[in-house]
Amino acid sequence: MRCMSLNNTSAEEIVLLRRKANLIRQHVLRMTFAAGSGHPGGSLSYADILAALYFKLMNHRPADPAWEDRDRLVLSKGHAAPAYYAALSESGYFPVSELLELRKLGSRLQGHPSRAKTPGVEMSTGSLGQGLSVANGMALAARLDRRSYRVFCLCGDGEMQSGQIWEAAMLGAHYKLDHVTAFLDRNRLQIDGPTETIMAIEPLAKKWDAFGWNVIEIDGHDMKQIIDACDKAKLVKGKPTMIIAHTIKGKGVSFMENSIAFHGKAPNEEELKLGLKELGENP
Amino acid sequence: MKWTYASQRKEYGRALVEIGQSRSDVVVLDADLSSSTRTSDFAKKFPERFFNCGIAEQDMMGTAAGLAASGKMVFASSFAVFATGRCWDQIRQSICYPNFNVKIVASHAGITVGGDGASHQTAEDIALMRTLPNMTVIVPADALETYKAVKAVLDRPGPCYIRLGRVDFPVINSPDSPFRIGIANVMQEGDDVSLIGCGQMVALCLDAAEELHKRGVSAQVVNMSTIKPLDEITLHNAIKRTGCIVTAEEHNVLTGLGSAVGLYAAEHGDCIIRRVGIPDAFGESGESEELMVKYGLTSARIVETAEEAIRRRQ
Repeated sequence: MRCMSLNNTSAEEIVLLRRKANLIRQHVLRMTFAAGSGHPGGSLSYADILAALYFKLMNHRPADPAWEDRDRLVLSKGHAAPAYYAALSESGYFPVSELLELRKLGSRLQGHPSRAKTPGVEMSTGSLGQGLSVANGMALAARLDRRSYRVFCLCGDGEMQSGQIWEAAMLGAHYKLDHVTAFLDRNRLQIDGPTETIMAIEPLAKKWDAFGWNVIEIDGHDMKQIIDACDKAKLVKGKPTMIIAHTIKGKGVSFMENSIAFHGKAPNEEELKLGLKELGENP
Repeated sequence: MKWTYASQRKEYGRALVEIGQSRSDVVVLDADLSSSTRTSDFAKKFPERFFNCGIAEQDMMGTAAGLAASGKMVFASSFAVFATGRCWDQIRQSICYPNFNVKIVASHAGITVGGDGASHQTAEDIALMRTLPNMTVIVPADALETYKAVKAVLDRPGPCYIRLGRVDFPVINSPDSPFRIGIANVMQEGDDVSLIGCGQMVALCLDAAEELHKRGVSAQVVNMSTIKPLDEITLHNAIKRTGCIVTAEEHNVLTGLGSAVGLYAAEHGDCIIRRVGIPDAFGESGESEELMVKYGLTSARIVETAEEAIRRRQ
């Protein structure tokens, strides 16, 4: 897949990407239902970002996962693996039929991503706060090898409470890693409650700006804004970019939206049916 | 024995520079201690392939993982207490789980750090590293072995931990002494007791063997420079030959070499096992020689432990 210039993203293309996001969301419901566990809330919140990255923005070859010039993506919020696997399988890294093997014994689809097990997974994650450092390391390697690939990192907002994130923020700015683009999935909820109640992380934009990053704030469910932000990030020299994507946890399924309960709980059969109906699946 | 002494850190620096010359894929990271760990030698020679991560060991290990994920051979250094304890989860999750080529070479291990005291000493690092799947743990006995170990990890896939001291160690090896990861060196043959050491304690085992010889005891001395994977063949032979083992390490006696060797011996043979090491306690400030005496890391302690073990065996 080639990186297309996004200034001329057509209305049709936007519709297509939205459909992909919708497909990812449907997979998330089926996968977590089949597994009986998993994290639907934080998977649904960044499905649009995943769709934009895997089906438009990233330069990658699913048939050749080890292609040296591919863009890299580190899923720092590893618990949102269901949506990630859905995007990878829909891209062609492994069969879509395998998605229902999530969390099963012997499956390639571990509860949290494992690089050693799953084609297309660049980094094993799950222990929060670690992905951005790894993305920086990949970006340093690109510079040493004079390769032009970009590195994307998807962070959760709860992760902003981890000290390592801010160590990585310093390193990224210090070494001027302008080929790193990070997304902050700002869905405002973590397991124990709202982020601002549990451990306040605001003002995020000011913090990232103060740490020397180029900061862009967007509606994380607006496909055009997602694409435009990545385009802008590409033009910025000497600074990595943090895209603060304001999202709704559980987006697309009414009873999961803004629900703390569905951070780490699978839908039951009735909820699955309802959810798929809302997402407009044709039976 | 009259030993000559040499710096492990200096040999690390020298080996790294040579590796940098022969291999363009080698990248070195440090966390603001490069002049102490001697990664500064590499930094001067290859500034474009050296990254100082500041006082941020967790981020350093994550950055190392990202570099390794992109095909680099990464050396990451700091003091042993920080390089293992402060970022253990990062080493576990981001390096060992994906099985990356990150070689952690840490200096200032043990209590011979000296005056800095307990905050900068570590008697826990071997334990922390050997409990991780995919990790290789090497404790070179002297400067010459350090040089060889640093070269050897290049051909050892996956994460490795090399533990170095601050002070100069007695030189017990010669330039042509064999070194292979996972293979212990029998420094001296003997029938009555096996003295199995790592790091600078191997020199004290040789001293102890000399004293035991004067007392009519024939001691085998083994340099167990790889703690993981443990050389079970050499251990098996020691158990068969002497049936009496004394381990010696500059590490918490509960969780390092003695614990690895002791558990193997307990499961695999009829054997008396005794451990010499740092008691389960924090260190303190002092001259390194004073600390060695206070914490029982002496050849005299090895001798008396060996004699007690032999009596029990009989």
